[in-house]
Amino acid sequence: MEMPAPDVKIMAKKAKLVERLQTVLSLDAVIHDEFETRAYECDALTAYKCPPLCAVLPSSTEEVSAVLKICFEEGVPVVPRGSGTSLAGGALPTADCVILGVAKLNDVIETNYKDRYIKVQTGRTNLSVTGAVEENDFFYAPDPSSQLACAIAGNIAMNSGGAHCLKYGVTTNNLLGVTMVQMDGTVIEIGGAHLDSGGYDLLGLVCGSEGQMGVVTEATLRILRKPEGARPVLMGFDDNEVAGACVADIIKAGVLPVAIEFMDRPVIRATEAFAGAGYPDCEALLIVEVEGSPGEIDDQLGKIMEIARRHNPVELRESTSAEESAKIWLGRKSAFGAMGQINDYMCLDGTIPVSELPYVLKRIGELSKQYGLDVGNVFHAGDGNMHPLILFDANKEGDLELCEAMGADILRLCVEVGGCLTGEHGVGIEKRDLMFDQFAPEDMEAQMKVKDVFDPKWLLNPAKVFPLSVTETRRAG
Amino acid sequence: MMTPDSEAALAEAVAGAKGPLRIQGGGTRPIGQAEGEVLSTTGLSGIELYEPGALTLVAKAGTPVAVIEAALAKENQRLPFEPMDHRALLGTKGEPTIGGVVATNASGPRRIQAGACRDSLIGVRYVDGQGAVIKNGGRVMKNVTGYDLVKLMAGSYGTLGILSEVGFKVLPGIEATATLVLNGLDVTRAVEAMSKALGSPFEISAAAHFPETGQTTLRLEGFEASVTYRMTQLRALLDGFGDMEELHGDASRDLWAATRDVTHFAGAEGDIWRISVKPSDAPDVVKHLPDGAKLSLDWGGGLIWAIVSEGADLRGGLGVMAGHATCLRGAAPTFHPEPAALAAISNGLRAQFDPRGILNTGLMG
Repeated sequence: MEMPAPDVKIMAKKAKLVERLQTVLSLDAVIHDEFETRAYECDALTAYKCPPLCAVLPSSTEEVSAVLKICFEEGVPVVPRGSGTSLAGGALPTADCVILGVAKLNDVIETNYKDRYIKVQTGRTNLSVTGAVEENDFFYAPDPSSQLACAIAGNIAMNSGGAHCLKYGVTTNNLLGVTMVQMDGTVIEIGGAHLDSGGYDLLGLVCGSEGQMGVVTEATLRILRKPEGARPVLMGFDDNEVAGACVADIIKAGVLPVAIEFMDRPVIRATEAFAGAGYPDCEALLIVEVEGSPGEIDDQLGKIMEIARRHNPVELRESTSAEESAKIWLGRKSAFGAMGQINDYMCLDGTIPVSELPYVLKRIGELSKQYGLDVGNVFHAGDGNMHPLILFDANKEGDLELCEAMGADILRLCVEVGGCLTGEHGVGIEKRDLMFDQFAPEDMEAQMKVKDVFDPKWLLNPAKVFPLSVTETRRAG
Repeated sequence: MMTPDSEAALAEAVAGAKGPLRIQGGGTRPIGQAEGEVLSTTGLSGIELYEPGALTLVAKAGTPVAVIEAALAKENQRLPFEPMDHRALLGTKGEPTIGGVVATNASGPRRIQAGACRDSLIGVRYVDGQGAVIKNGGRVMKNVTGYDLVKLMAGSYGTLGILSEVGFKVLPGIEATATLVLNGLDVTRAVEAMSKALGSPFEISAAAHFPETGQTTLRLEGFEASVTYRMTQLRALLDGFGDMEELHGDASRDLWAATRDVTHFAGAEGDIWRISVKPSDAPDVVKHLPDGAKLSLDWGGGLIWAIVSEGADLRGGLGVMAGHATCLRGAAPTFHPEPAALAAISNGLRAQFDPRGILNTGLMG
């Protein structure tokens, strides 16, 4: 992936910039030593690395504002960073940028159970938002796999999803308000504890804008009362197509599970070898989870299993206890680790119309043979959000490039059948150059016009989302 | 009046427009005063894609809501957000279109559980102020590819572009519905009761209060056995909040259709206000309303409908209120003024999307 050449004029004034930043932050919050800045050289897309000019860790909205004002005046690009768990390279620096990390902003500002929201600083991790309200039996619904580590700031930037969004929606459906600092230092409040926007839906616009419109420092998030209970059923099929048809029938029947997870044979075998969850050796496996009181769960699982039986499952296992539930989820939760044991992998997240599932799985199998790289599929089947894991060897010359080429082909396939490049990870740098495959030039132009309004000088995370060739004149200022 | 019969004709009409255009779907939601020649989207009609197994539906913007709801009902599915029909409240005639629903982000009582129109909207095509056809989002329910202009278009009242096509995530139909009615609560106690119910695990899908009748209504939806179970639990939870009665089946459905459309204020004299607040602020906001105001609460207190005597501008007189007030009918400005920094962004967006300033001039900001 190409990144823009760093601006030598900016590189040359590093000392002056650091000095100015130190006037508004404590000394230890400005990281400029060449050895220490390496800690910020990449995010979870580790194939690409570049230490930033410096990194700053402000402790308040005011400090974020002061930092951005300085960078704005100096014309220095800023790359906002949550916890650095992006799989798309959303927080990848350039050598002439300042990394603005929100890690020190992790306070809970307000919890309000009457109106069912929590207001937090955005460096707080996803899981610790739920942690702050769970003693009162509430939770924050979006649950990306990285929820132990990922920050709310990054969740908002990427509009993160998770396994349970079939029922509860993704970040944008659970975000009520933000405090955001614009590139010139202006602090704005969008939304709040009320439910809808008086003017344009700027909140919806900011969510998922990959840190290109402003730095979100505080967020008001909707919290929900925990369900009385939840329980999964596991079902195995000897045909992907049948599993896909079963998913469609469950959805049509009016049962709304909180999660429908799908694993194919390569992933089933890998997780069995790794975690030993006792999965059947079959072509496709579904985990379907429902929520409610014990009676409601029995009812819903009964309906779901009746549908499953019509599709001749090779295995149908209803959990009857917390232990059995944990065992059913064990393989799914260790799937990425299990695949990682076999080799390096690249995780894609294209989304497709659910009806295209069998065709897309077949085509991915063909591409796997064509490129000579193994692929496992584990994903959120209810909403068509695929996660093909392409195995490759990072130490083998040319393997990464081969893997990227195959990944690009899979994502083009997703677009071709009516889907999109990314369902929950974001574009970052990873899918930036594929945007041409999904959007006409005027579609991208319409989006870039929005950035022109929020960040006219294109200083915020400028080399992401859009192909470099279409942003070149804007980035040049 | 122009009535283009294709997206291409729509784009041509906008590109060739010599003056302001007033964008109209079914004309049932005359909110605010737009200027210019009427451009109707009713020539763009029809469902383009409906996949019940994938819970997705895409339709041209001028498609009547009734056509969409009928197609969904045939497959026992529905729009999740219960779009409000403004005809009774505003005394209008005509056929509401799906584009009008999106342009006004019209969302009914289920908003508190299933989200607003903008939360179910997964794709749009629109013609911008210069006549360019733009698409954003698509037909899949998880999509973070590029910026979310889908949300921006929802509720933008045709000021940023003219919708030509809209796509939705839909939901399965509902087997059973029941309503618990609490009698005799004042606004403060009603909001407390609604808050308690909404903070329970019993999945309340709507919560409203009507001061004139003293009724507080809480809706349960789902499979029959589950609704019965949750009704029992809810009654126990709210023990002490006054007399209770239950409505089932059609009685429950009719009540919520009326609540959705605010038919209890149909034909009422005076100005019509819609106030969006933090639910627990509602009792205080209500206290600040002018004497003689008629009002009702939806969204657990978060949405206040008020009919007040003509000419009053409620804004500024509502106490310490975080939220906004829209004047649907009356002399006061229709839309709530935004703080300067947000207004600057909104104006900037409008200038980018419609540089000639011809789309629904006079609406929003």
